[in-house]
Amino acid sequence: MNGTSPHLHLPISVRLIMFKVLAALVPGIAVYVWFFGAAILVQIALASAAALAGEAAMLRLRGKPVGLFLSDGSALVTAWLIALTFPPIAPWWLTVSATLFAIVVAKHLYGGLGQNPFNPAMVAFCVSIIAFPALMSKWPAVGFTDFSAQMAVVFQSQSAQDAVTMATPLDALRTQLHVPEARATVAGVLGSHASFGNIGGKGWEWIALAYLLGGLWLLQQRVITWHVPVAFLGVLALIAGGFSLANPDRYAGPVFHVVTGGAMLGAFFILTDPVSGATTPRGKLIFAAGVALLAWIIRTFGAYPDGMAFGVLLMNLCVPLIDMGTQPPVFGHKDEQKGGTP
Amino acid sequence: MLASLFKFRGGVKPASHKDESTRAPIVRAPLPARLVVPLRQSAGGTPLPLVKAGQKVLKGERIGAPEGSFSAAIHAPTSGTVLSIEHRMLPHPSGLSAPCVVIEPDGEERWIERVPANYAAESPDALRDLLRDSGIVGLGGATFPSHLKLKPGASGRIGNLIVNGAECEPWITCDDLLMRERAGDIVRGIAILRHIASAERVLIGIEDNKPQAIAAMRAATARSEGIEVVPVPTRYPAGGEKQLIRVLTGIEIPYGRIGPEFGVQCFNVGTAWSVHRAVELGEPLVSRIVTLTGNVERPGNFEVLIGTPIDDLLALVGPKGDTDRYVMGGPMMGFTLPRTDLPVTKAANCILAASPALFPPPGQEMPCIRCGACTRACPAELQPHELYWFSRAKNFGKAQEYHIFDCIECGCCAYVCPSNIRLVDYYRFAKTSMRALEREKNASDAARLRFEFRNFRTEREQKEKAERLAAKTAAARQAIAGGEKPAAAAPSPAAAEQTPALPHLDEAKKALIAAAVERARAQKEGVQPKNTDNLAPEKQAEIREIEARRAKVREIAKTPPEEPV
Ligand code: SF4
Ligand code: SF4
Repeated sequence: MNGTSPHLHLPISVRLIMFKVLAALVPGIAVYVWFFGAAILVQIALASAAALAGEAAMLRLRGKPVGLFLSDGSALVTAWLIALTFPPIAPWWLTVSATLFAIVVAKHLYGGLGQNPFNPAMVAFCVSIIAFPALMSKWPAVGFTDFSAQMAVVFQSQSAQDAVTMATPLDALRTQLHVPEARATVAGVLGSHASFGNIGGKGWEWIALAYLLGGLWLLQQRVITWHVPVAFLGVLALIAGGFSLANPDRYAGPVFHVVTGGAMLGAFFILTDPVSGATTPRGKLIFAAGVALLAWIIRTFGAYPDGMAFGVLLMNLCVPLIDMGTQPPVFGHKDEQKGGTP
Repeated sequence: MLASLFKFRGGVKPASHKDESTRAPIVRAPLPARLVVPLRQSAGGTPLPLVKAGQKVLKGERIGAPEGSFSAAIHAPTSGTVLSIEHRMLPHPSGLSAPCVVIEPDGEERWIERVPANYAAESPDALRDLLRDSGIVGLGGATFPSHLKLKPGASGRIGNLIVNGAECEPWITCDDLLMRERAGDIVRGIAILRHIASAERVLIGIEDNKPQAIAAMRAATARSEGIEVVPVPTRYPAGGEKQLIRVLTGIEIPYGRIGPEFGVQCFNVGTAWSVHRAVELGEPLVSRIVTLTGNVERPGNFEVLIGTPIDDLLALVGPKGDTDRYVMGGPMMGFTLPRTDLPVTKAANCILAASPALFPPPGQEMPCIRCGACTRACPAELQPHELYWFSRAKNFGKAQEYHIFDCIECGCCAYVCPSNIRLVDYYRFAKTSMRALEREKNASDAARLRFEFRNFRTEREQKEKAERLAAKTAAARQAIAGGEKPAAAAPSPAAAEQTPALPHLDEAKKALIAAAVERARAQKEGVQPKNTDNLAPEKQAEIREIEARRAKVREIAKTPPEEPV
């Protein structure tokens, strides 16, 4: 089948795209290690191993060329995103089983690469946070970077209770503002702990900045387009800004929302998953805006610390509809009567 | 008036590789030992041969008459003897074969009497006929008969003439060199086209990677009013007809519509050049410029007689040892030649020698990851990955809804796809399948219409006969009353056959047909309808008296009616 046009092809591949995504994550991971210790590297390794094993097993079961697909890098991207959205001191079995679930159920049972309607990493996140809410909200405090102590928690020779853990600022805000009697204010909660900082929580804002850097590089490499990050961060900031203007005591401001939690990672690396996201330019805007809205609502009023994962899955559901409704006009069909404007 | 540029969306920028074949001027290819001239070299009907084996022909002598108006004439490329007229394989993506005139050149290149015309004194109609009889077709590769493209639209004229010198496919340089070397003649041809179309403005679009061609064409048009050379950004497929029209005028011509409807039409520079030769020199189209390039030792451009075997040309440029196939056209839209002993046709702009090193085959096909690269590259602003999905699933209705027929098969989507999906192949498959389905449907529609028409006619004949019979019976009764013998009452079958044909059925007739079909069905179920049902009661009473004779009439009515043509 070599004989048909075009006879020329750009030397790009799915593998190259996936490895660019992985490379773009590296600055964020480096900053992560700086603030929260090296445990995240172990988590990434665990998730990667689980993802590759799961992928290989499923490919063999489905009779697909194992080597070809295993090396496409898509399983690694899923694994890294799972590790980066989970607490770095999550027990090892949680990371492993969540990753296996993502690969086996969310990816391969739906048909494998290119066919999964839901973002596998976000499926893993949602399943885990529903099943193990406590484990999923134990984060190491800033400064708790002792590797062996972290490993003790991960491999459960020591319980998380004994480790120096704390809620993320996002979680703290959500739980404390939820109790009306407490008369807490945003400023009060964020000021209650030195490591929360003023912007997004010390550490988080720097990690977010590093993700932003990687994301901008992906934009420059044309791996992603501007639509998703701009719409997601823009709408999130807009809603947060509007509410915090109206009631700054009760609602955190736009900058806080944009740099905290998974927002920046989501904007450039998770929502931009081409397989489960919308494909048309207008569709991408709608998709990302929808996630932003849902994320903000769940963060502010919901029962879970970060609403991004739920927002993504809910919007994944709407993708076929969004794509269908946002088909751009075809060349020459913009104005069927006049054939375009001279 | 300075033309402002519009943008077309999408497109790609593959390496152009134009330098290889532009280092030397155009060379006239030597006369081959045999010329194989296909009779069908344009979209439209196959011209009928005008010569017989053994006959001597002169250069430029007509050997194929245009078949109807949607076709162009074919001429002997040189003087010599017709050896045979036989089916030969053509250089065509489908490898089809067609009648060809095989000529043995006598080496004298003796022309027919060439009659130059003064175009300004001729009417557009006469000039269009002249173009058709000179075998002028689009030399950009589509070979659409040029005289047909010069039919004015509703406004009676084609206001904007676009001349395509973009030549956006990598490797191909035949238009580039033609513009560099023969700009003056091209502009003369443009003047003729402009006269026929009574065009106000002419825009010559040339990709800005051809500075020499732009300079030459600018010099040649310096003193012409209303002709402008416009450099367009180098981006494939800027030379796609619709893309070029869009870039130069902002007009977007959708699928299934034609330029004149929008007051614009597009001609290739090579076509303009051959128009000049045909009109002002009286030389029909017997040669064209062909780029020979790719994996060869001495790439270049050659002026080649139509019908020259490609093998003869390859000998001129020396293909390298690892050449594994030859592509006719460019690397983006060209097709692989099944063999190289095929003749050069009017469509042959480039023969590209390919090797695995020069054109590496795409990697293993992976699933679509919906990355959208194809969408960003598509100049027709389609959603290639959706089309791929629907074509693959044979969901042709959806594919059509997503405008698959607007796809110009430019290959941009497949060029950029990281999953190495042979996207264009899927579209070709879907389009061919749909066209086949359409043909089948048309055929069965026609059959159904024929059947219904036959029922309708049978029914109507019977009714008419009955009416005539009734009238005659009445006359006979009167005659009997007057003491005369009745004439033979059976109407002649010939008279019954005089039913007008019904090519265009209007609503009333359709209703009649429906009624007829319904009656036919009832008849089949054994309900014998009376032909007299529709008559007035008093006539029925009269008719009852001649039942016996009616039986005989029925016999005649049962003879099978002819098929409508
Ligand atoms: S470029 Fe290929 S992989 Fe990407 S969306 Fe298009 S068809 Fe799918
Ligand atoms: S081949 Fe068709 S679908 Fe692909 S880019 Fe060209 S016009 Fe678009």
